[in-house]
Amino acid sequence: MLLAALVAVFTTVAIVYILVSESLPFFHQVSLHDFFTDTMWTPMFDQPRFGIMPLVAGTIVTTMVALCLAIPCGTIIAIYLSEFAPYRLREVVKPALELLGAVPTVVYGYFALQMVTPFLQKFIPGLPGFNMLSPGLVIGIMIIPYVASVSEDAMRAVPNYMREGSYAMGATRFQTATRVVVPGALSGIAAAYILGISRAVGETMVVAVAAGLQPNLTWNPLESAATITAFIVQVSLGDLPHGSIGYQSIFAAGLVLMVTTLVFNIAGFVLTRRFREVY
Amino acid sequence: MSAATEVVRADLRAAVRRRKLSDRLFVLLGMLILFASLLTLAVLFIDLVREGGPRFGWDFFTNFPSRNAARAGILSAWVGTCLVMLVTVAVAMPIGVAAAIYLEEYAPKNWVTAIIEINVTNLAGVPSIIYGLLALGLFVYQLNLGQSIVAAGLTLALLILPIVIVATREALRSVPRAIREAAYALGATKWEVTADHVLPYSTGGILTGMIIGLSRAIGETAPIITIGALAFIAFLPTSPVSGTFPFVSFTWLKDPFTVMPIQMFNWVSRPDPAFQVNAAAAGAILLGMTLLMNGVAIYVRYRYRKKINW
Repeated sequence: MLLAALVAVFTTVAIVYILVSESLPFFHQVSLHDFFTDTMWTPMFDQPRFGIMPLVAGTIVTTMVALCLAIPCGTIIAIYLSEFAPYRLREVVKPALELLGAVPTVVYGYFALQMVTPFLQKFIPGLPGFNMLSPGLVIGIMIIPYVASVSEDAMRAVPNYMREGSYAMGATRFQTATRVVVPGALSGIAAAYILGISRAVGETMVVAVAAGLQPNLTWNPLESAATITAFIVQVSLGDLPHGSIGYQSIFAAGLVLMVTTLVFNIAGFVLTRRFREVY
Repeated sequence: MSAATEVVRADLRAAVRRRKLSDRLFVLLGMLILFASLLTLAVLFIDLVREGGPRFGWDFFTNFPSRNAARAGILSAWVGTCLVMLVTVAVAMPIGVAAAIYLEEYAPKNWVTAIIEINVTNLAGVPSIIYGLLALGLFVYQLNLGQSIVAAGLTLALLILPIVIVATREALRSVPRAIREAAYALGATKWEVTADHVLPYSTGGILTGMIIGLSRAIGETAPIITIGALAFIAFLPTSPVSGTFPFVSFTWLKDPFTVMPIQMFNWVSRPDPAFQVNAAAAGAILLGMTLLMNGVAIYVRYRYRKKINW
């Protein structure tokens, strides 16, 4: 049984080993300086350029769009469920909300491409069929339950006597929620946001389907672009020989992705730990 | 009462009313956003069913993918999904449950345990496409499994392992100490306590975790694309059962395959609108299956919670 538990450790080690060992030859050919400063990412061209910036920009833009939707919605839902909703409603709604996070991502991709984009085109004339706004919004919908449930847990961990103290001073529910409970649960709520970011950064299929697959260094969500994850998908769709520079480039991109999400996950982990220990 | 106190009172009342109003406004806002998000899910499902409606029929399930959108079906996709899931369950269930039992019942409090726990938490947050890269490097090339059913099954098993472990641990933890102590008092060994008392009580929770894990695995696309699963497969894997000795064959494990989400992705990424109809139909089936599995998981959890009275 110890062996079974060690599978988890083995998986982590294997992930790190594979990502590093497969991308090492890549970094022999491409200097770290070029990798981070070049503004073109064209590994499949005759004269390939390997600047990760366009992919990073695409990832940041879609993540930002997602957060602009998920953070306010997720937080309001969390406050509502933890402080206002009757017990019965909460028991029914919470599992239903979790379903939003359980929808297969490729279905969300279809949703973004075939429903959200045409809908947005009615309001934003000239919006191209592939853009970052629509997948960003859909990723936002996808991580709402995640943000909501982690921040709700944090708010529920605020002890009741603090709420009662606030009510005793004559505060309304809304005042108690915004001035006592939310500040008390702040580190947990921050953790929810950070874990949400990590989810959005790692999301693949929605952007691969609906954002277009052209790496494009832009900060405008109305344009099409590729993210780190979408690039990995695009390369995998072709038939790349094992050991070629294109093959190695997806591991280099994966390494960047892994390090990014790892940093966010660790930050989120530390913050959730903290709110559990305060009370 | 003087006029001045009257004025102050009116002010106070107005202030209280204002604050109560913000209470009510917030409830309204909360419910609005909540139901808007749930509505999104409903709209998505209804739209998929409506768009894909014309394709639902026996043919859709019994036809292979084809260049002709109207004749294309999901036969190889659903067979592939079933076989991959078989491998995933066979690997993830025993390893996940064993790991959870170890961590919850046996593990001493030391640095090894701490490292394992941190790893499980961390793995739950690793993007699925990274598992795909792991599988590409490890299963496909180093272990030479190729782009096969077994490689995909193992990948998805690793992916859902943290979900199974966390759910099983929670189920084990919810069994009260008194049950364990009563069994120990009668001279049961640690293994007997676990196998005969703790595990039966946690079946519901373990099943719930497994179903949720599977519902996640069934819709995963990115890791399977990364290992290079072909999208155009117009044949079935070797049948696992045969009429001649030894009746059961495992050659299907090494066969190339396609699965439902890959088939759907393939259709979505074609510009021809006729294929979008197929994508919608495949999406409706996929989403329906996911929702069904989650529903079953919620039901199982609810049933077991009701049945057991400590």
